[in-house]
Amino acid sequence: MGKTLAEKIFDAHLKDEPFAGTKVLSLDRVLCHEITTPIAIADLEWRGKDRVFDKDKIKVVIDHVTPSKDSKTATQAKILRDWARRHDIPDFFDVGRNGVCHAIFPEKGYIRPGFTVIMGDSHTCTHGAFGAFAAGVGTTDLEVGILKGVCSFREPATIRVNLNGSLPQGVFAKDVILHVIGQLGVNGATDRVIEFRGPIVDQMSMEARMTLCNMAIEAGGTSGVCMPDMTTVDYLWPFIQDEFASKEAALAAYSTWVSDEDAAYDKVVDIDVSALTPQVTYDYKPDCVKPVSELAGSKVDQIYIGSCTNGRIEDLRQAAEVLKGKTIADSVRGIVSPATPQIFQEALAEGIIQIFMDAGFCVTNPTCGACLGMSNGVLAEGEVCASTTNRNFSGRMGKGGMVHLMSPATAAATAITGVITDARTI
Amino acid sequence: MQKKFGGSAIFLDRSDINTDEIIPAKYLTEVTKEALTPYILEDLMLDGFDPKGEKLKNATVVVSRENFGCGSSREHAPWVFEVNDVHTIIAESYARIFRQNMFNCGMLAIELPKADIDQLIALQQQGAVSVSVDLDGQTVTAKAGSEEKRFSFDISQFDKALVEAGGWVEFADARY
Ligand code: SF4
Repeated sequence: MGKTLAEKIFDAHLKDEPFAGTKVLSLDRVLCHEITTPIAIADLEWRGKDRVFDKDKIKVVIDHVTPSKDSKTATQAKILRDWARRHDIPDFFDVGRNGVCHAIFPEKGYIRPGFTVIMGDSHTCTHGAFGAFAAGVGTTDLEVGILKGVCSFREPATIRVNLNGSLPQGVFAKDVILHVIGQLGVNGATDRVIEFRGPIVDQMSMEARMTLCNMAIEAGGTSGVCMPDMTTVDYLWPFIQDEFASKEAALAAYSTWVSDEDAAYDKVVDIDVSALTPQVTYDYKPDCVKPVSELAGSKVDQIYIGSCTNGRIEDLRQAAEVLKGKTIADSVRGIVSPATPQIFQEALAEGIIQIFMDAGFCVTNPTCGACLGMSNGVLAEGEVCASTTNRNFSGRMGKGGMVHLMSPATAAATAITGVITDARTI
Repeated sequence: MQKKFGGSAIFLDRSDINTDEIIPAKYLTEVTKEALTPYILEDLMLDGFDPKGEKLKNATVVVSRENFGCGSSREHAPWVFEVNDVHTIIAESYARIFRQNMFNCGMLAIELPKADIDQLIALQQQGAVSVSVDLDGQTVTAKAGSEEKRFSFDISQFDKALVEAGGWVEFADARY
């Protein structure tokens, strides 16, 4: 019997099995941000164990509220900053160089096929796009990760989602993943890894694969995962060219981290996306998904384009393509947050920032900001936001506010008309 | 050190209660657990539920439905229960990160089948429900008025060890 990618990674990283069914894995990456890490740091200090297991495997960013908006967030940032300096952690990203964690860490080449990755953040599943096992954890798991470089898991079964057919023009990875979550339900993948396979995934860029894996948690999944291939190697090449003689050699090495054809799956879901149309959420759960056409005409107050789901350069390009030469409706405000400084620079160089500004968008620095209602675009009670983020919980972007999740193209079209709009009709 | 479990129960009869409802993101700027205390379940969408009410104030056990604690990884969700003396949650199922966070803090996230939860919820009609937990016997006993119901639950050896050790930091520290 063959093995899934997740099983292979578990085998290769197994450090201990204290009880049957409990796997304690060694970690390749422990990622940290300023919301969930400071209490772990404080607890380590309190225990007299202010140490890190490996300063080169720990990567740190201030991203949720940055630059700090008040003294509380400034304190969180300071605790993280002081700690990173105290332990000489080389990869620490502060104001001016910081971006959304799940965008900046892959961009720096930190995530590789076969890696185990944890972070005190539920959307850590994003990094599975590289063929890694990447799971969000709480602060206690993070604390033990920082101190010991290990984390415990129940070995997850895998749900294989085959994405077949061909993706129609104007339909994107975000539409696909919203559709998949609609099919699986918000707890359809609890204690499972979601493996994204098939010709659609093969043709996708790393950015699009990250959008897919990012939302695995919205179906309850432990990690999303894609098989590493030449697209993965091309993306990582600037960071790995000294390790391998050629891209082919890198690909051969990474092919260890692919599920076997005869691997056993908990479930296999086949989805033909050829007839898929742009999707949008309604209500307050991410599995409440409908075609945009069914919600077309609903009024919104704010448009938000950004986040670890859809704040990457490809996303900004897709939105800019719709916005080019147009202005947003008087009734709405538009906010765009390029997810990292590099993405911001690329968008500047390509004239995309100009398009957003000409259209009437506010361009913010890279940050999570509005996504979780902590800064930069919080909604007032009763307001509605068309958003490229990943969570539409009640109050997510501000108490009493409502969020519709959608692709960057749909968000851009909605900005122009002020009501939910299929970009293909613009 | 092992925490105390059981006590008077409050019923949150809804599935998919998420972490934003348990503790909204705007309070994640606090850097101590204690500071979270007043904000427990502040944004919960549930008819008739009062986050400032006596019922919640007196409760040390929460009973709920499927996929409890879905959403964010924030351990602030278990912590806000912990600082409000709610160390026992009983539900049909949990989101993975929330469940792990509960055991990592040395608290109990007990899973019971839907039929048992139905019975527990129905017990409210007899009056206030008080729950006791026998960790070794793996049973939950609920009493209301003159009625008493007993349910058995499964707990993995690991989760039990975490509860006995007082949490994952203690367990890991002793072992790795
Ligand atoms: S962008 Fe939103 S979902 Fe992503 S890490 Fe930041 S707050 Fe979380």
